[in-house]
Amino acid sequence: MLELAGVSAGYGHFTALWDVALRVSAGEAVAVVGPNGAGKTTLLRVISGVIAPRTGTLSFEGAALTGRPAHEIVAHGIAHVPEGRRLFPALTVADNLRMGAFLPAARAHYAESLARVFGLFPVLKDRRAQRAGSLSGGEQQMLAIGRALMSRPKLILLDEPSMGLAPVMVLRLFDLIRLVRAEGYTILVVEQNVRQVLKLVDRAYLLEVGRIKMEGRADELSEQDFVRKAYVGL
Amino acid sequence: MSNLLDLVLNNPLLLAEAALNGLLLGGVLALLALGLNLIFGVLDIVWIVYVDLAMLSMYLIYFTVQVYGWPLLAGAAAGIGLGVLLGIGVHLLIITPILTSPPVNQLLATGGLLFFIQSLATFLWTTDHRSVRLTLPTIEVAGMFVSFARLIAFVLAVVVMVGLYLFLTRTYIGTAIRAVSQDRGAMALMGANPQRIYIVTSAVGGALAGVAAALLIIQYSVHPHFGAAFGPITFMICVLGGLGNMFGAFVASFIMSEIISIGGVVWSTEMGYVIAFALFIVLMFIRPGGIFAKKQ
Ligand SMILES: Nc1ncnc2c1ncn2[C@@H]1O[C@H](COP(=O)(O)OP(=O)(O)O)[C@@H](O)[C@H]1O
Ligand SMILES: [Mg+2]
Repeated sequence: MLELAGVSAGYGHFTALWDVALRVSAGEAVAVVGPNGAGKTTLLRVISGVIAPRTGTLSFEGAALTGRPAHEIVAHGIAHVPEGRRLFPALTVADNLRMGAFLPAARAHYAESLARVFGLFPVLKDRRAQRAGSLSGGEQQMLAIGRALMSRPKLILLDEPSMGLAPVMVLRLFDLIRLVRAEGYTILVVEQNVRQVLKLVDRAYLLEVGRIKMEGRADELSEQDFVRKAYVGL
Repeated sequence: MSNLLDLVLNNPLLLAEAALNGLLLGGVLALLALGLNLIFGVLDIVWIVYVDLAMLSMYLIYFTVQVYGWPLLAGAAAGIGLGVLLGIGVHLLIITPILTSPPVNQLLATGGLLFFIQSLATFLWTTDHRSVRLTLPTIEVAGMFVSFARLIAFVLAVVVMVGLYLFLTRTYIGTAIRAVSQDRGAMALMGANPQRIYIVTSAVGGALAGVAAALLIIQYSVHPHFGAAFGPITFMICVLGGLGNMFGAFVASFIMSEIISIGGVVWSTEMGYVIAFALFIVLMFIRPGGIFAKKQ
């Protein structure tokens, strides 16, 4: 479904990703794990078109997306839930969701998508007239995911969804992501919460200083040294 | 102060008339302030040249109506159309190439355009004051005298502001404009082409300048320094209300217009402006983020 080959990218003179190859098949849940500063966020930014890759190619369902701008990539069915959520804090929950359905194709199915999001996250329905900025951290993350679902994506990119959440909420959030997955969405998730995320996904990549160091099935990777270290370290 | 006290005691009607005129002036000022603030909210650039664009529309309305004999409504429509074109033109030609430059360069670029327009207007049309001569009556409301043109301008300004409110809250593109003013990058992740949002914003801002031009030309004469007369007060209102804060700009417009109008009756018009600017400076020390900013 999604295929990256030989991708490198960076900021100014700085290179944050080196020769990355990555593949996500339809229906899969895949994680990218790695320490802070490894380039995980940069990788998702390249996929969603926020930054253009320097080299390499990117394709989605057979269409070449290399170098396409973010607003075009959404139209191909990739939704990016960015690091730090990036909600519109002064807009209501309902308006945030409405903006998720900004594309004409998504607008046409607005009511249906909204019912689906409210079905997954009932608390958003109760809070729909509230400003997004007034929600709790967990609710804000639900809204960020709900907003992404409003564009009717096939693939969802999640950048550290558990960031800044209380431990109880982290567990709940992973359960909610499981629910999203059960709805048939393909998921590529970036996490530092290695243990938890490996229980959620089918496969994972380990990214370190901009390079893929390891890749494999989640249950295999769970046995690896780096997971134990991460578990102790974080 | 004794003048003010005098007026309150001896001629309260005159004071009430000044307050009413202030309210009416505030409507048109609010239109300009909202347009400037809308653009600032989305692009983070203060179009210092904004009121000068309105001035160009005023000239167009003057020439079409007064010289070529068009009906006023047709002239006004042309003025609004010119405002839209100028808004889009400024964005594409001046702002787009420097969108990622430091703010000071952006300010200088729109400031340069301001002096260019002023000089060009002086060169083309001299420093003559030109006005559209309307035979609108002065009407009496409860013993106070109000110019009918002012009243019409106020009512239309309010109607347009209600329209702007509905546009910004009810439509997808209007809501997207508010969203972009909160997070520029995230709206692209929703599938919105940022450049398209910028162009729509600049066009709406330009249209508001055009509407303001139509409402100003029936009250004031136009001259090459019209922008210099109304530009600073418009900018000041935006800062006072909090740059980018639409509600703040709306309220600040009326605060400022009341000070100018009442100060004008009690002392003189010039004194009204002096008080308004002095208050502005004081408030900037007390509340640098605008009157509605949360205290740090
Ligand atoms: N906007 C930016 N400008 C310059 N350097 C950046 C920017 N964003 C990230 N970086 C750098 O790129 C590297 C990878 O960052 P990032 O992709 O955010 O890592 P991660 O998400 O894995 O923590 C880091 O060294 C970081 O300092
Ligand atoms: Mg990151």
